[in-house]
Order: sequence, then structure tokens, then C-alpha cells
Amino acid sequence: MNPILNEATTPALSNNTAKVTERYVHIEDVGMQFVTKKGTFEALKNINLSITQGEFVSIIGHSGCGKSTVLNLIAGLLQPTTGNLFCAGREIAAPGPERAVVFQNHSLLPWLSCYENVYLAVERVFGSETKVQQEARAYAALELVGLSHAVEKRPNEISGGMKQRVGIARALAMEPKVLLLDEPFGALDALTRAGLQDELMRIMQKSGATAVMVTHDVDEAVLLSDKIVMMTNGPSAGIGEILEVDLPYPRKRLELAENVQYNHLRSEVLKFLYERHAKKVA
Amino acid sequence: MSAISINKEHLKLILEDAKTSSESIVKETVLAANEDNTHMQMIVEKAAEKTQKSAKSQPSAMQIKITDFFKAVIPPVFGILMFLGIWTLLSHQQPILPGPISTWHSAVELFSHPFHQNSLDDQGIGWNILSSLQRVAFGFGLAALVGIPLGFMIGRYEFMSSMTAPVISILRPVSPLAWLPLGLLVMGAAGPAAIWVIFISSIWPMVINTAVGVSKVPQDYMNVAKVLNLSEWKIITKISFPYVLPYMMTGVRLSIGIAWLVIVAAEMLNGGAGIGFWLWDEYNASNYEHIIIAIFVVGIIGLLLELGLSMLAKRFAYE
Repeated sequence: MNPILNEATTPALSNNTAKVTERYVHIEDVGMQFVTKKGTFEALKNINLSITQGEFVSIIGHSGCGKSTVLNLIAGLLQPTTGNLFCAGREIAAPGPERAVVFQNHSLLPWLSCYENVYLAVERVFGSETKVQQEARAYAALELVGLSHAVEKRPNEISGGMKQRVGIARALAMEPKVLLLDEPFGALDALTRAGLQDELMRIMQKSGATAVMVTHDVDEAVLLSDKIVMMTNGPSAGIGEILEVDLPYPRKRLELAENVQYNHLRSEVLKFLYERHAKKVA
Repeated sequence: MSAISINKEHLKLILEDAKTSSESIVKETVLAANEDNTHMQMIVEKAAEKTQKSAKSQPSAMQIKITDFFKAVIPPVFGILMFLGIWTLLSHQQPILPGPISTWHSAVELFSHPFHQNSLDDQGIGWNILSSLQRVAFGFGLAALVGIPLGFMIGRYEFMSSMTAPVISILRPVSPLAWLPLGLLVMGAAGPAAIWVIFISSIWPMVINTAVGVSKVPQDYMNVAKVLNLSEWKIITKISFPYVLPYMMTGVRLSIGIAWLVIVAAEMLNGGAGIGFWLWDEYNASNYEHIIIAIFVVGIIGLLLELGLSMLAKRFAYE
């Protein structure tokens, strides 16, 4: 559908299948405490997680369990109180373009057009390239998410789903080693969400990038992931179980609905969330 | 079949006659016509009745336009007439106060030669207005030049904010004219002193509004900046500045309002040239009509400045 992922514009995306590194993203004994007016609040405790290169990992849990905190730690937006985080063998000390984030509320700059929003990211990462090459990258990223027709539009002129696509395009344009998605489709209606999930699946298949996604949608987690990390409830939340999703690609939403294994995995996640770690309604 | 078609024809005619009939009635009746022929006549009559009723109760587009026009125009005209009435009444009570008619004649005469120049003290009102505007432009321009960057720094750095807070809190409520003697003392001349007064009294809204805007830049945008690893310069030009612009424009608008308020008072005390000085001069020369004209001129120019900046602010708004 979008044949623009050629070697000229996105070299890094196309040749990363050559060597697969285990423990590409590595979280080691991480604990996180926040200092509040009421004293210290322990959000996370003893988090250990390894993500293999090219893997799609979902983090699922009830709201307030610290899943976004884990993502922000990998992004480098937060620093852990204890423990260490590594990405591609290097310690994560600060945010950087090799770990691009797709924010829940898209976080596009409203005074820039879709193209300019993406270009801002390209410009920073590929500053050594010519302007023509940079522009081509920005257009390619927007084409990848199917938004070639809306490049000159401002964020407030397009729908919520389209905004989220621009957010994804901005992240992908940086050619990140790891793509971090913070409830990317949480604010969208069910139909738009399904469409974007399919599209994300297609893009991730094509690029082969490593991805970590925070979600509270069980179907989304099973459909997209290779691995589902299920978190216990906070405070002092930790990783409860890790579920391997070995469904073959390409995955088709409609076929999976009848698939025994898919439904088994789905009920495993549901059992974890609503039986073993049910959250009392506040 | 032919009966249906005739009835439909009939129905259409009726509906066309009453142009303002609502769509729902059309749908309702057409649907009914397709379904059931025996009730046709009754429904057609009902529809005709309904549409006639709605034609009576709903005025045409032209009528709406006319009523809207009068709604918009009548209250202000009424207000102005009342104002003129009270003014006339007062001028009859107190004959020394010029009435609207004598003021009007005087204004016509005055504005027929706005740019004459006999001596330094006797020049056209155009020159006086221009010299006031020039002073405001200088004082206000300096205030913007200092105030906006200062506001940026206060908003961006907690330390700057805490550092400047006590000084700003004390200086801000000081009456503009209290600064005039200090200006005269230091500058030694009336012209710079007036500019100083405008500067010091119009700087605060720009500082404070800019600072508030900068401190309100959403954390989401700052996170984007962090993830994209933007340079401080890019953060300012692509995130802070566009976000702050509407806040800043509000500050600028308030500031120019204050500057224009202050100029009249400052020029009255200072002398030289300018609309404030002219007002005082005409009072001394017993040209009382001219005092009232000066008041209107000040008001109208203030209004125009405000409108101009509002339009400029709208142009910069991104949403």
C-alpha cells in the first residue's frame, strides 16, 4: 500500500533484520519512588525485564499501576530511584531520538502543520543530511501512515485518528531503535482504533523495529504483541507475569476471533487482570 | 396510479408555495403519499395547513436580516442620542460648558486645518496627535524591548521569578505620575521624562503576561522537546514563543492602553507639544470647546489602538 519504505529514504529500517540482539532493552532491578507532600510514594519495585531486538512488547495493567512510569523510564523522561536501564548496551541517562515516543494525547504542536511537526523531528536527527533528503524523509513518514493528502493541515483541522497517525509518523521519521507507545489509541473510538492497530501492525512488520506499548486494552495487547507484560497493582507495583504470544504473522483480526489459541491467550490476560489482580473499584 | 401522481403533483405545488416549509414535513408527507393513497387528501390538507402556519410564524431570510440589523444598530444609536441629550441638558444648566452643536462647529473648523503651524505653541491638532503618538511609540517600544525578554526569563527560570517577584510587586501598583519627578530629576528634560513615565508604567502587563504564558507551556510539549532532543533555541522558537504569543499580545494590548492613558496626564504636567499639553493649553486660553474635542480625540485614538492590536492578536492566534 505504501511502497515508500525503500532503501533510499529509510536505510536503517530495512537492514535491521541482519543481527538480532537479545536484551536489547534491559531493565535491571528498577524501583521508582516519587516524593509527594504526603511523603514518599513507591510506584515501582523490583522491575526486571529484557526485550529482544525487533520484539513488540505490551505492558498491561490496571490504571495507576505504573505502566506509563515504566515507559517514561525507558524514554529517559524519568530517572529511576534504584536500578539501571539499558538500551542497545548503553545506559539510559536522558531522552533521545533513538527512543521515540508516541504520546497518548498525540502532543503535536498546534501552530505547525503536520509536515512541520514531522520535519522538526527529522531535522534534529538527520541534521547532517541535505534539506532535500530531510524533506523526503518527512514526506515518506507521512505517506507511510497514509496522510499524504493532509501534510499542510494544522492538527486542529484533522480528526483524532489522523492526529495520532501524525504522532506515529513523527516517531517513525526519527528511525528510532525503540518505538515507545503510551496508550497510543486510548483516546480514539473503537472503529478508528481497530484501523490504526492494523496499520501499526503492518508498519511494525515492515520496519522490524523494537516496540514497547502501554495499553489497557486486552485485545490490542494480544493482537499486536510478541510478549505481554502484566503488571500487579500499585503501590509498589511489579511485573506479575509475562505471556508469550506466539501467534503467526500476519495476524488478521477477523480470523483470530475464531482462533482457539488467540482466545486462550486473551482469557489468560483477563484472568490475570480480573481474578488474580482485580482492582477494587475506588 | 394516476390518482397518486396527481395527488403528488398537488402536494408538490402546495409545498413549493410555502417556501419556508420545513424538510421534515416534506419527508413525512411524501412518504405517506407513497404508502397510502386513501388518506392522501387529508394529509395534503394537513400539510398545507402546517406549512401555511409555519410560513406565518417564520419570517423570511430578508426579514431576519433587517431585524438583525436593527437589533445591532438601534441600541448604540439610542445610547449616543441619550448621551447627547444629557450633554445638551447640562450645557443649558451650566452655560459655560459648550454644548454638542457649538463643539461640532468648532471641531469642523479645527479639523479643516489639522497641520497648520504658526509657532511652537500654536500648531494644528494633527501635529499634537502625532507628537503624542511618537512619545507613546518610544516609551512603549522600549518597554516591549525590555519587558518581553524579561518576562520570558521570569517564566522560564524559577530563580528569576523568585528574584524579581518582590521588586515587581512593590513597583507595579505605583501611580504612573509618581514616576515623573524622578524622570525630570534624572533626565533633566521634559521629553525624555514623559517617555520614562510611559516606559515604567506600561512595562508591567507585558512582563507579567509573558511570564505567565511561558510558565504555562504544557509539560507534554516540553516532553516532545526532550524526546526530540531539541536545542534551547529550537525550544524557544518552535515551542515557547508560539505558545506564549497570545499571552504576550494580551500584555501588549493592556500596555498600550496604559501608555495612552498616561501620555495625556504626563503632557499636561510637562508642556511642549502633544494632545495632553494642547488640552491644558486650550483650557488656559478659554477655548472650552477644544477641551471636549481633545477628550473625544484621545478616546477615539485609544479605541483605534486597541482595535488595531486586537486584529494583530487574532492574526497570531493559532486556534
